[in-house]
Amino acid sequence: MSKENLIDKSSINTDDMILNMGPQHPSTHGVLRLKIHTDGEVVSKIEPIIGYLHRCFEKHSENLPYEQIVPFTDRCDYLSSMHMSHAYSIAVEKMMDIEIPERVEYIRVIVSELQRIASHAFFIGVFGLDVGAITPFTWVFRDRERIIDLFETLTGARLLYNYVWPGGVSHDLPEKFITRTIEFLDYFEPQLIEVDELLTTNKIFIERTADIGVLDKDIAINYGVTGPALRASGVDFDLRKNEPYSIYDKLDFDVPVGRGEMGTVGDSWDRYIVRFLEIKESIKIIRQCFKSIPEGDVHAALPKKVRPRKGSTYSRFESSRGELGYYIISDGKNVPTRLKMRSPAFSNLSVLPYLSEGWMISDVITILGSLDIVLGEIDR
Amino acid sequence: MSKKTLTDSISSINESIAYDEETNIFSLKEVGTWLDIATEIKNLNFNYLMCITSIDMENSQLALAYNLHSTETKDSIEFNLFFDKDTEIPSVESLWRTADWHEREAYDMMGIKFINHPDMKRILLPQDWEGYPLRKNYKVADYYHGMYIPKDKTSWE
Amino acid sequence: MSFVDSILSSLSSLEMNYTLLLLIAVTIPGLIIFLLMTVNAIVAVYMERKISAFMQDRLGPMEVGIFGFKGGKRFWGGIGQTIADAIKLLAKEDIIPKDADKFMMILAPFIIFIASFITFVGVPLSQDFLISNFNIGILYILAMSSVGVIGIILAGWSSNNKWSLYGAMRAASQIISYEIPIAITLLLPVIISGGLDVHTIVDWQLQNRWLILHSPFTFIAFFIFFVSGIAETNRTPFDIPEAESELVAGWMTEYSGFRWSLFFLSEYTNMLIISLVASFVFLGGWGSPLTIINLLPGDYMYLDGPILGFFWLLLKAIALIFIMMWFRWTFPRLRVDQLMYLCWKVFIPFAIFNMLAVGVWEVLF
Repeated sequence: MSKENLIDKSSINTDDMILNMGPQHPSTHGVLRLKIHTDGEVVSKIEPIIGYLHRCFEKHSENLPYEQIVPFTDRCDYLSSMHMSHAYSIAVEKMMDIEIPERVEYIRVIVSELQRIASHAFFIGVFGLDVGAITPFTWVFRDRERIIDLFETLTGARLLYNYVWPGGVSHDLPEKFITRTIEFLDYFEPQLIEVDELLTTNKIFIERTADIGVLDKDIAINYGVTGPALRASGVDFDLRKNEPYSIYDKLDFDVPVGRGEMGTVGDSWDRYIVRFLEIKESIKIIRQCFKSIPEGDVHAALPKKVRPRKGSTYSRFESSRGELGYYIISDGKNVPTRLKMRSPAFSNLSVLPYLSEGWMISDVITILGSLDIVLGEIDR
Repeated sequence: MSKKTLTDSISSINESIAYDEETNIFSLKEVGTWLDIATEIKNLNFNYLMCITSIDMENSQLALAYNLHSTETKDSIEFNLFFDKDTEIPSVESLWRTADWHEREAYDMMGIKFINHPDMKRILLPQDWEGYPLRKNYKVADYYHGMYIPKDKTSWE
Repeated sequence: MSFVDSILSSLSSLEMNYTLLLLIAVTIPGLIIFLLMTVNAIVAVYMERKISAFMQDRLGPMEVGIFGFKGGKRFWGGIGQTIADAIKLLAKEDIIPKDADKFMMILAPFIIFIASFITFVGVPLSQDFLISNFNIGILYILAMSSVGVIGIILAGWSSNNKWSLYGAMRAASQIISYEIPIAITLLLPVIISGGLDVHTIVDWQLQNRWLILHSPFTFIAFFIFFVSGIAETNRTPFDIPEAESELVAGWMTEYSGFRWSLFFLSEYTNMLIISLVASFVFLGGWGSPLTIINLLPGDYMYLDGPILGFFWLLLKAIALIFIMMWFRWTFPRLRVDQLMYLCWKVFIPFAIFNMLAVGVWEVLF
């Protein structure tokens, strides 16, 4: 008599438990609702429900003149606002064929790379917090405050800048900006080493993140994942190198690609280390820019009336989360006919149900944290 | 691939594909054949669908703009579909999984329905919302769940 | 002479009913223990907030003082913060969710509190400061500290909240599993010194040397015991039942006010108990540091005595509590199955091997 006959399992009704990781939760990086079907601790299906932060950005922009849309773009991804307005300005300038002075290009690149450092540093702190290490979070925020102070001397605002306008920037660099930024960069590099020692090679951190949520590169491209998450899967795809805009073709920097050092290529540890290394690359870029920034008038090319020619354009930009695209259709008027923002986190989040099947709830948090989403740009 | 060979190879997939030299956009009016055309385009190594944009043309037609990219040959193309308001479009979700959420958003905002989509429901707005906001003739409803939506907002300042 | 015995003997001169006498003799030590637990919680919470603040490059509580005395110079403000928090918790509204099991929810914190309270009864604080003279001290402590699991499961189950249920289930499996390495490693001093009573173990250490340095196997045993003890008290890196970033507060989510403060109190008492037991059993109890390796001749004064012994014991316990707090702010947390793997596939084999090896060592040396 075999063991199976002794236990009558036909009358035991097992069901999946539906957990709601609700809109308010310490780890969902914003108002995201995840409906998780679990069997014990193991996840069988996840359904993300978004739209809690939808503010009708695209409909508003059909009634606003082009230059008044810039503050709205800031508020989409509030952690990388400079990137949002930079990408929008590039799209409008493409349709108007404006020639931007060099000083403006250098200032824009400096500001974008500083913003990238701030956003990636925030990611490191918050990812550590999701996994359970609370101390790097406070250290990283202390350093991020210094970047925000720099932006405050530049634009007057801490988080939502309204700085990069189509045709130029709103103010020139203040007097001591360059010296203060170089001081900050010299201070920041040893701090990165401290955080590195605490998190990157920590055995418990590696056990929590390596081999978890492995994203294969063909599947990543199929799902439209871009940015550091795609580079962590081994694809060398960075818009700053592949289709250089602004002055990126004159600058010398590397693109970190995930190599699966602690596990498989494309796991959460790779997504973490790619962003960590990108901070170092951004520091390099900023130092190069400071050596060769020319003089000039930043308001020289600001158009009096922003009226792009008739037609449509799709312009792409590498923001800290991935490929940010603006598709603008214009009829020759001073308001756009249709403005669509292709946000990177929208496609990055859509890969979460595929990645988390078969892992535990703690791993869902790790994977979600490693994708680095911001609900503001997903919902617009 | 050079631009000429690329445009020739795409235009030769189906004779209803039109190509505009100035704006560099392919357009299609018979949307029934879209899935086959898209399969052919994918076979030409366009493995990355960047964006699907839904557009309300003023002349009672709707449009969809597909931006595609090839990570190997580094080419980008744009494909526009033009159709009437109640037409249903074949979904390309089986070819590029990016289209899953982008098509849901097109349905949500513009009211374009897709055939063979695994999960056709609203994504950004609540499930019981009425109307399609991004259409040009959209008027905000007067009541939502019994709450009155004020139209005159001058007293809000 | 234990406390209870001394009270009984001093009050027996009054002509009283024996049961009444017994009642008084038991209540007074009970109140003393409760006082000790409260003082420990107040000091430990303040210590934790300041230590965590300094490690995270910030300042911690700075403003609240007692009777106008804030605590002195630059960093040490905010001495009265914990007392203010305690008063606030006592005055807070007691919320019980509508569909929760009311009786269980009220019962759970008391079970946990009683578990730590009873365990404290068997823990001596010095040579003469003990509540009652157990001759099976270690066994009693082990047994009573296991009662707390019931309270945790009840708390998680009765809250009618799926997240609390997760926390409770994880806590149940974690605490029950980690009791095994604790029990096995606690057997080692019993084998070496020959008695279950705490006094026997400490006296053996005072005459020979601290058990941690006695043989390499007891050295390993100390670490296994300490880390399993941290797992018992649900501190990071083992705080998966109350994982803050996943489950909000795990099994404690639906509790507020006085009941929550009971949970809090028992968590810090558990930390103290584990540190005290580790100090007795491996670090020489109430002996001064001069007794680490007994090199000095027999009658030399080892800085001992009941009061000084209490001081040395407390010093060791506070050092171990500091290390526990240090761990909390340094390490990420382990996932549930990795925690279980650590217990069953790493600690238990090592602990069992240790026990055999210690037996061999004792026979040979």
